[in-house]
Amino acid sequence: MSKAVTAALKEKFPDAVEDVYEGVGGDDCAFVRKEAVAEVCRFLRDDPAMAFNMAPYVTAVDYLGQTPRFEVVYNLVSTTLNHRVRLRVKVPEADLAVPTVTHLWRGADWFERYCFDMYGIRFTGHPDMRRLLMYDEFVGHPLRKDYPLKGRQPLTKEREFQDLYRGPGPAGRD
Amino acid sequence: MDAPLHAKRMIVNMGPSHPAMHGVTRAVVALEGETIAEMKLDIGFLHRGFEKSCENATWTQCFPYTDRLNYISAIMNNTGFALGVEKLCRLDVPDRAKYLRVIGSEIHRICDHLTLVSAMGLELGAMTVFLYGIEARDLLWDRLTELCGARLTSNYCRVGGVARDVPEGWIEKTTASLDRVNELAGEIGGLLTRNRIFLDRTRGTGRVSRQDAIDLGFTGPCLRAAGEPYDIRKAAPYLVYDRLDFDIPVGEHGDNFDRYLVRMEEMRQSDRIVRQCFAQMEPGDIAVKDFHYVLPPKPQVYGTIEGLMAHFKLVMEGIQVPAGEAYSYTEAANGELGFYIVSDGGGRPYKLGLRAPGWPMLAALPYMVRGSLLADLIPTFDSINMIGGEVEQ
Repeated sequence: MSKAVTAALKEKFPDAVEDVYEGVGGDDCAFVRKEAVAEVCRFLRDDPAMAFNMAPYVTAVDYLGQTPRFEVVYNLVSTTLNHRVRLRVKVPEADLAVPTVTHLWRGADWFERYCFDMYGIRFTGHPDMRRLLMYDEFVGHPLRKDYPLKGRQPLTKEREFQDLYRGPGPAGRD
Repeated sequence: MDAPLHAKRMIVNMGPSHPAMHGVTRAVVALEGETIAEMKLDIGFLHRGFEKSCENATWTQCFPYTDRLNYISAIMNNTGFALGVEKLCRLDVPDRAKYLRVIGSEIHRICDHLTLVSAMGLELGAMTVFLYGIEARDLLWDRLTELCGARLTSNYCRVGGVARDVPEGWIEKTTASLDRVNELAGEIGGLLTRNRIFLDRTRGTGRVSRQDAIDLGFTGPCLRAAGEPYDIRKAAPYLVYDRLDFDIPVGEHGDNFDRYLVRMEEMRQSDRIVRQCFAQMEPGDIAVKDFHYVLPPKPQVYGTIEGLMAHFKLVMEGIQVPAGEAYSYTEAANGELGFYIVSDGGGRPYKLGLRAPGWPMLAALPYMVRGSLLADLIPTFDSINMIGGEVEQ
């Protein structure tokens, strides 16, 4: 669609942007180094020729067996200039931490929590890095390729909770 | 009367499945008097492992899973997924299939908006509106049953086309149904749009500015109600939307009332689209003629060895999608419905990421209601139209 985005990325960040290519259907895609992702995203949001004002989707993929095992994928859109770009960030298993982009787009908040919950990838600087869909005591990360299909979870203790009338205490207390 | 309320901070658990909130979501609200000081959301009660399930089924077997993402507008989810796979296969479907997909999607958009508008009325005390809405939705569901054989989980699209052509006389029947639906939608509008109670509870509540809506990742009617005229059907037309004439309604204040008005107008626009499709559609194929993607017709399966082989290979191994990754995005009833698809060249998806339209809106709910009254939580939660199936996957 618009080669301008990937060309500008390549020119502005020759080190941080490892590779750019045209994906299926003409999508603009770029591989970005993990450490530089927040910086690249800030440029994409703030530069008037880019103006990516929205991050509608952030997700992760588990390429089990390949050396940088995980990948975090950012889909960005500019509603004013009407173009899109897809950033792919490789995350090695030994260092499962990616800088957050929630300070750039608040919409990325739950998507990053989802990546943490399902794949175990941490986002440094995220204000509220907790599990989202699973409960806190869940062991493992269900969308990893090595999580068994018929995996079972141990029983957990009942949680402490805030009781409206009786104040904080264990749930079963009477 | 003017004395301050006993202002001890009080924590109230709403839900999961609170009668005033449609959806299995738990909202932990910290109240100061009647004002919401803080709110936290707890979701995941419906989590079915959509992505994991799809990664262990063939591409065709994923369609029933996509139906259940948004059970009120199933065909839109079908279409989104089919478009994603076709993008990866570099497949172009015949014109008639495109029109049929648009017709199914737009009828479902009307159903979705009808449900939301009437449920919003119901939860604010207007029961009659809900009955009108359900009558109108039932009429359309009857037509969809004739089209795809199922009432709720209307599974209609396939990779490479649609499942079947329209039955005899269906177009006339649907046009008549749409006329009646228009009447009923008019009744709903008449009962709500100038209703004092409805206005008081929706106008000025749950307000999101245009800047915030973009920042929070809103899409669909909620984004447009905040004043940003972004619609994927216009911005990046797919199927045959570039040949159709329709308007994008845009709101001004971004409050609950605007979101209601935008949806009311979108129903009228969808009605226009369906009628234009009926006029433009020409007879022809409804699926590609390629046995790599579409099951051969039964006489060929029973009569020729190629047909038989193609049938068995498709059923047992699934469609062989070329290796690669693609992101397809369509405008579903609540906003951008995205599928991030990774294929390793086999018959099953390697990764099927779902971008649910309700997801960022639900994430923004605590921000939207902070500082407002507890009673405002209900219309705000309604108007973002959180669908448990897609948000919790």
